[in-house]
Amino acid sequence: MAETTTNGHAQSVVGTRTVRPDGVDKVTGRARFGADFNLPGQLIGRVLRSPHPHARIVSIDTSKAEALPGVKAVITRADFADQPSEFIPAGEMMMNYKDVVRNVMAREKALYEGHAVAAVAATSAAVARRACKLIDVQYEVLPHVIDAVEAMQPGAPLLHDDLFTVGVEPRPDKPSNVAKKIEIKQGDIEAGFQKADLVIEREFKTAPVHQGYIEPHAALATVSEDGTAEVWCSTQGHFIVRAHCARLLGLDIGKVRVTASEIGGGFGGKTVVYLEPLALALSKKAKRPVKMVMSREEVFKASGPTSGATVRVKMGATKDGKFVAATAELKYQAGAFQGSPVQPGVMCAFAPYDIEHVYVVGYDVVSNRPKVAAYRAPGAPISEYAVESVVDEIAKKLDIDPIDLRMQNAAREGTKAAYGPKFGPIGLEETLNAVKKTEHWNAPLRKWQGRGVASGFWFNIGGETCVSLTVNEDGTVSLVAGTPDIGGLRASLAAVAADELGVPFDKVRPIIGDTGSLGFNFLTGGSRSAFSGSMAIVEAAKQIKADLCARACKMWEAKPEQVEFSDGAVRPLGALAEKAKPMTIADFARVAGKTGGPIGGVGRINAQGAGPSFGTHLVDLEVDPETGRATILRYTVAQDAGRALHPAYVEGQYQGGAVQGIGWALNEEYIYGADGKLQNAGFLDYRMPVASDVPMIDTVLVEVANPKHPYGVRGVGETPIVPPLGAIANAMENATGIRFTELPMSPPKVLKALKEKGLNKA
Amino acid sequence: MAKHHIQAQVNGDEVEFLCETEETLLDVLRDTLNMTGSKEGCSSGDCGACSVMLDGRLVCSCLVLGCEVGGRRIETIEGMAQGEKLHPLQQRFLEHAALQCGICTPGVLVASKALLERNSNPTETEVRYWLAGNLCRCTGYDKIVTAVMDTAAAMRKG
Repeated sequence: MAETTTNGHAQSVVGTRTVRPDGVDKVTGRARFGADFNLPGQLIGRVLRSPHPHARIVSIDTSKAEALPGVKAVITRADFADQPSEFIPAGEMMMNYKDVVRNVMAREKALYEGHAVAAVAATSAAVARRACKLIDVQYEVLPHVIDAVEAMQPGAPLLHDDLFTVGVEPRPDKPSNVAKKIEIKQGDIEAGFQKADLVIEREFKTAPVHQGYIEPHAALATVSEDGTAEVWCSTQGHFIVRAHCARLLGLDIGKVRVTASEIGGGFGGKTVVYLEPLALALSKKAKRPVKMVMSREEVFKASGPTSGATVRVKMGATKDGKFVAATAELKYQAGAFQGSPVQPGVMCAFAPYDIEHVYVVGYDVVSNRPKVAAYRAPGAPISEYAVESVVDEIAKKLDIDPIDLRMQNAAREGTKAAYGPKFGPIGLEETLNAVKKTEHWNAPLRKWQGRGVASGFWFNIGGETCVSLTVNEDGTVSLVAGTPDIGGLRASLAAVAADELGVPFDKVRPIIGDTGSLGFNFLTGGSRSAFSGSMAIVEAAKQIKADLCARACKMWEAKPEQVEFSDGAVRPLGALAEKAKPMTIADFARVAGKTGGPIGGVGRINAQGAGPSFGTHLVDLEVDPETGRATILRYTVAQDAGRALHPAYVEGQYQGGAVQGIGWALNEEYIYGADGKLQNAGFLDYRMPVASDVPMIDTVLVEVANPKHPYGVRGVGETPIVPPLGAIANAMENATGIRFTELPMSPPKVLKALKEKGLNKA
Repeated sequence: MAKHHIQAQVNGDEVEFLCETEETLLDVLRDTLNMTGSKEGCSSGDCGACSVMLDGRLVCSCLVLGCEVGGRRIETIEGMAQGEKLHPLQQRFLEHAALQCGICTPGVLVASKALLERNSNPTETEVRYWLAGNLCRCTGYDKIVTAVMDTAAAMRKG
């Protein structure tokens, strides 16, 4: 018998580097992404967008557009019923349908440049383009405000006259752009700072950055005369698209079927709806399928990004390096509607450290920018960047090794985080140790080179998940999951199914089913899909194994205790073993009809026990004193995966997150003119890292098992983007002697700082 | 204005199509010829997701007009595998997990093939600069560069 490995199974596909089941389609161009779907008779939809950052919409006259030959439908705010104000939890964020309906189609006002004002469906893209030009929108242009700190000032242009700050007592009697104030407190902050020998306080600014998925948003929708509707779209959660569309269009959820295409990147940005309800409304009017695809400019101006922010951090430490007190004040841009990720920013700020006295306050501020969407560990990179910068400064002032200082203060099992929970087994110390042991940590550096280290944390989530496993007539297994696969989910889930049922990996075919094929699945986000999906598969497999044991009992006229499922077969035990032979899954498949019908299981869970994931990053960079450009020379990521279901795709998450973080730290930013218009809505001017900008990204997979998961899995997707900002800022300080407190540390900014210090000569 | 009538060769097959002057080669491939393997990420030549070979030269098909390709030879991702046999680059991209979401993959593969055809032994730096016109937001490029170099080494051995 094979050696028993993971989870008591003889076979262990889990933990191996299988070729992903969806891979061949993706290397041959066969895989169908959002814009790759077409239907007979389809129309092309196009959105007319506001050229103004802030304007009252006085009137919209669509008559000329409607009269243009080839135009089959025009929609405006009049085509969507208003929604009541009601906050609904949406994973790591909150949402309000009153705002959602206004974001997909402006009502009273256009609140940012690019805000949808009308949409048309026509027989060709060219006709749709001409039709948009014929729509006459009368605007009353209003003063705008782009920066969150300016938006907080009295007298700033108000976006919403019914927005009163929540979380302030007494309730304000005047509306403002501050939607919410949130606080967390632990201990006695003043007493804490009295114990400190060293107190450091700094203010930081970060620019808004876009998720930057390469695939623009795309949707194809068709509505029949009887009110049934179908949507094909690129999304992180087709069940969420269904819920939003049904709500916004007044359709029964059961009548809307949504199929998630292959998704060309999301990073949180495809957790909300933009085009889907518009395509449905157009199709409903035109009675033909409508396809809509955003341009890259539209993606930048009207989707995503994440918040820019201002963060003030104050930390106190004893001369021995013990952190005794910490405070932070976070002001996050929400965009045009409330709901920035300031809440998770507040939660995560000091989470890597065991600090007795903590106070964090956060403000959610609206301004005339696109409404922010989730972006990989939403909010956390910003607040943790500020904290990791101050931690580094403390290490330097106290002359303590920065890894040792983090180790001394690290959260560990039993630490109570300021935001509430007491941590179970966690791997921060292990990641710090792992980094310290690398050759990288001790490698020599030259002039203008610097090394930086930073840690990061993300809490991860579970949530509603439904998967099905079906044993086919020939013993192969069909796996249907309901969370879109962005980075290798099908490979991970198929490995778990193969191990649970004892069938070869290549006999499991995993697909992502549409909304009609499974119960509700929350979206792919919060680093939940492999964590929750594998849990649900264990449930589904359990049902299959119990069913097969029961069938064997009937066939063998045995009692339940005389059989067991192990190593892919139901095995007779004791005396029964002399009469009956073990039956594999394939054996049962052949006699399924005679023994009770189709064989399958459905795992329906609300996954609990998501284990937080900590990581520590190490980076070397070199600054060119003549240009101010920082080049990343070397990079190491150590992160706790709990258990890596597919190590190569876990490494991929670490590497991809690190490089997104490099972009955030060094180059990416939304640049607005005084006119409130975005000046860099394209990949040439919004500079994401390209292959020649970065080195190889070394990875260390730390595995501190999550005891709440059958395989020990922790979500891994989000944490990797948290440490890079701080690590790179710390490396910049070591390379130049200058503490940069504003992101991005782009060449002009760095050069200016070098000039001010007279350092701009090699 | 009447549409242009164009005859060209795509992956070895003769094709003919009608196109408007403003339509790009990418529009023609995707919308007229139903070859959706080439992807549109930006339509400004900045992301490389639409990379194809035009008479043996690597181009962004979003920067070429459909009416420019008359009599010319186009190779796309759909023509990369030979029958049932994947191109060595395709095979190694799978083995090295050099793709995550996969949207950039067709363009990266077409560009990588073009590199190996002109340089069978590229350095890491050469691979990185050659692929600098192909944006990938998921992988951090590490596994892509590794897969390309590993393929080059294997192809040199034959």
